[in-house]
Amino acid sequence: MLDFIIRRLIAIIPVLTVVAVFVFLMLRLTPGDPAAVIAGDNATSDQIADIRNKLGLDEPIWTQFVIWIGNILQGNFGESFFFKKTVAELIAQRVEPTLALAICTLVIAVAVAVPMGVLAAYRHGSLVDRFVMGFSVMGFSVPVFVIGYCLIYVFAIELGWLPVQGYVRIGVNFWGFLERMVLPSVTLAVVFVALIARMTRASVLEVLNEDYIRTARAKGLSNRVVLMRHALRNAAVPILTVIGLGIAGLIGGAVVTESVYGLPGLGRLTVEAVLSRDFPTIQTVILLFSVVYVVINLLIDISYTLFDPRIRY
Amino acid sequence: MFDFRKSAAAIVAAASLGGLLGAVPAGAQTLNVVMHSDLKILDPIWTTAYIVRNHGYLVWDTLFSMDDKLEVKPQMLEKFDVSGDKLTYTFTLRDGLEWHDGKPVTSEDCIASIKRWGAKDSMGQALLARVTDMKAVNAKTFTMTLKEPYGLVLQSLGKPSSNVPFMMPARVAATDPNTQIKAEDVIGSGPFIFKLDEWKPGEKTVYVKNPKYKPRSEPASGLAGGKVVKVDRVEWRVLGDHQTTVNALLAGEIDMIESPPHDLLPVLAKDKNVKLFNANPLGNQYTFRFNVLHKPFDNAKVRQAVLYALNQKDFLDAVIGDPKWYKECKAMFICGTPLQTFKGWEDKLNSNFEKSKALLKEAGYDGTPIVLMQSTDLAVLTNLAPVAKNLLEKGGLKVDMQSMDWQTLVSRRSKKDPLDKGGWSAFLTSWVAADVLNPVMAGFFNAGCDKAMFGWPCDETIQKLRNDYATETDAAKQKAIAEAVQVRVTEYPTHVHLGQWYSPFALRNTVSGNIEAPVTVFWNVTKK
Repeated sequence: MLDFIIRRLIAIIPVLTVVAVFVFLMLRLTPGDPAAVIAGDNATSDQIADIRNKLGLDEPIWTQFVIWIGNILQGNFGESFFFKKTVAELIAQRVEPTLALAICTLVIAVAVAVPMGVLAAYRHGSLVDRFVMGFSVMGFSVPVFVIGYCLIYVFAIELGWLPVQGYVRIGVNFWGFLERMVLPSVTLAVVFVALIARMTRASVLEVLNEDYIRTARAKGLSNRVVLMRHALRNAAVPILTVIGLGIAGLIGGAVVTESVYGLPGLGRLTVEAVLSRDFPTIQTVILLFSVVYVVINLLIDISYTLFDPRIRY
Repeated sequence: MFDFRKSAAAIVAAASLGGLLGAVPAGAQTLNVVMHSDLKILDPIWTTAYIVRNHGYLVWDTLFSMDDKLEVKPQMLEKFDVSGDKLTYTFTLRDGLEWHDGKPVTSEDCIASIKRWGAKDSMGQALLARVTDMKAVNAKTFTMTLKEPYGLVLQSLGKPSSNVPFMMPARVAATDPNTQIKAEDVIGSGPFIFKLDEWKPGEKTVYVKNPKYKPRSEPASGLAGGKVVKVDRVEWRVLGDHQTTVNALLAGEIDMIESPPHDLLPVLAKDKNVKLFNANPLGNQYTFRFNVLHKPFDNAKVRQAVLYALNQKDFLDAVIGDPKWYKECKAMFICGTPLQTFKGWEDKLNSNFEKSKALLKEAGYDGTPIVLMQSTDLAVLTNLAPVAKNLLEKGGLKVDMQSMDWQTLVSRRSKKDPLDKGGWSAFLTSWVAADVLNPVMAGFFNAGCDKAMFGWPCDETIQKLRNDYATETDAAKQKAIAEAVQVRVTEYPTHVHLGQWYSPFALRNTVSGNIEAPVTVFWNVTKK
């Protein structure tokens, strides 16, 4: 197992190298000049050129790349072109809302979707099953921002139960944090509930036809025990895989959800950085997302062993 | 029975109170505002971005300011004198001016600030090119000596929009003009203090009332007069999404939106707790900019054809919609200003396609398509280019409209490459009216070839007239020169003005006292 983890961690290095080269080149090949953005709309060409020189953007691309990689290797992610802050500081400021949103969303999604999927499989062909399948189709089909606006209209504008927007840090005011997390998390969870419920239903349904389930029932075990201990546990591997893959979708969804609810997280930081061509910030955030994605999938792979003892690394 | 609504309301109230107590002093009057953009850069001399200019007006003060009649009035100054030969200006600072760190404002600070601003701003450069010396007479008085009389000394120092000559402490103003000042050096003598420790880009920017600020005794008028602060804190909140911002105002979570999108104004107007207030009666001006370097716009006659093909109403209808928020105006220096004149443009901007085609024929136009850049991500600009394409094609031009986001356009417009190598022929943008009040201030009139703004017009007549305007000290003669510039632009078109439009504030009814000015400011504003 330890060998496996070390090998996987080492495998992160080429992945990150490819991501770094790709992101760096894509940004330089994309039209847009950060110096022109910084200078403002009324700036002259000379003013823009001065700023380009100050930022080192008039150096050849390979020189810029070597400097950037050199700094990264020393743990220096650079300074944002726009904010008088290091990229590390910016990310530290923005990571909490995104992390909170991701955790709340995953908790809601798993807590709702897994029982829904199991129930749908157990009551295969019934109204409950059709409702779950219908909900799944809707969850996939309706864009996140539409769900967000609908929830805001009902729960914030009409009923006035929850705030429209904003974020309160968990350490400042716990209730303020909770009330501002409900709508964004539910909004983002809808698509994951749909995804996980569907996968759970399919996996459990497959397992329910297995001989060992029939044996368990023949032994006189209750439905609950059959479903939870025998069926769900054996169906867990594909469900975990879907959750792992869903992390990538969560990052994309967070960008939209953070915009709709005015959450100052990494998703919005990414959008702002892209729109203003803040190269150091975009590069670092994308690298961070890559690390998170690889590490979470590693954790998911490790967790397979908890559910299926046949899996060994 | 459990009443979820009441319980939720109680939880919300407790949470809100908790949040309030945790964040700001009890009883503090906080104005929560969503501005048109997030504040990312702090130095208003380093960039011309309007959001940084607005930030500048809160933190720093100016020697002169423009009032609501567009007259320049002393602001930090107690008095100023001009020598009989109009070559020496003597400025005397008001008593009791202090930086936010408690040190007094001195003549040396002002001289250093003017030098830094003058190295970056086009009007500042024009002024400093004529200054032979600036000297501190004492801590409160300094002189500026010119080599020739210059008619725009006060207009330059009282320039309302980017780059504004804000006064900074000498040690801060000593920063290289092409380097941004440090965040901890955002120290002014203005009516608000910037809270660096609460500045979270992408989330909020906080200003608190400067308790030591000494406002002028005159009532506030435009950007001039007494800057009396009536709230404890101003928080610029960043919500990002327009619909969310409007929802937050309707729900009372914020107090003001600086520039709500025009398509959502009817929603706001319907709500009885919200009011719309046009704080900038001069508004903004849409503009079609030519690039004169490449065919066919290198030919002035082809550009003249454009003046006949276009009309203002189609643009304004397509973008703004409600005539309440726009005005057709053929005056290049803005309707309602001292330099308003329609001379030269009476028969233009009427979509006279026959005349346009006749001029193209006369010019020998060979059908070379123009590359028209369209910005697709800013609602106030997106629909302009399709309207232009339609009108220009009706007027006989071939148009290759290329769509891109605004930042790509901003980057591309500074390139002089030929059309087949990523170059461009024209694009559309918008100016704040306060930036185009005269031919020296308005950047698109600069026809100084390589020294001009992107588009690079090159015309000695316009340059001479602009210089004449700058050196003339008589207002009536200045107006005549401005009129001549406007006429000359119909012969050698540098750009086309496409009408004025207005962007009202959306305010909760609890907010009042907003000042009519070309820049959004927060003194005189109260919140019940």
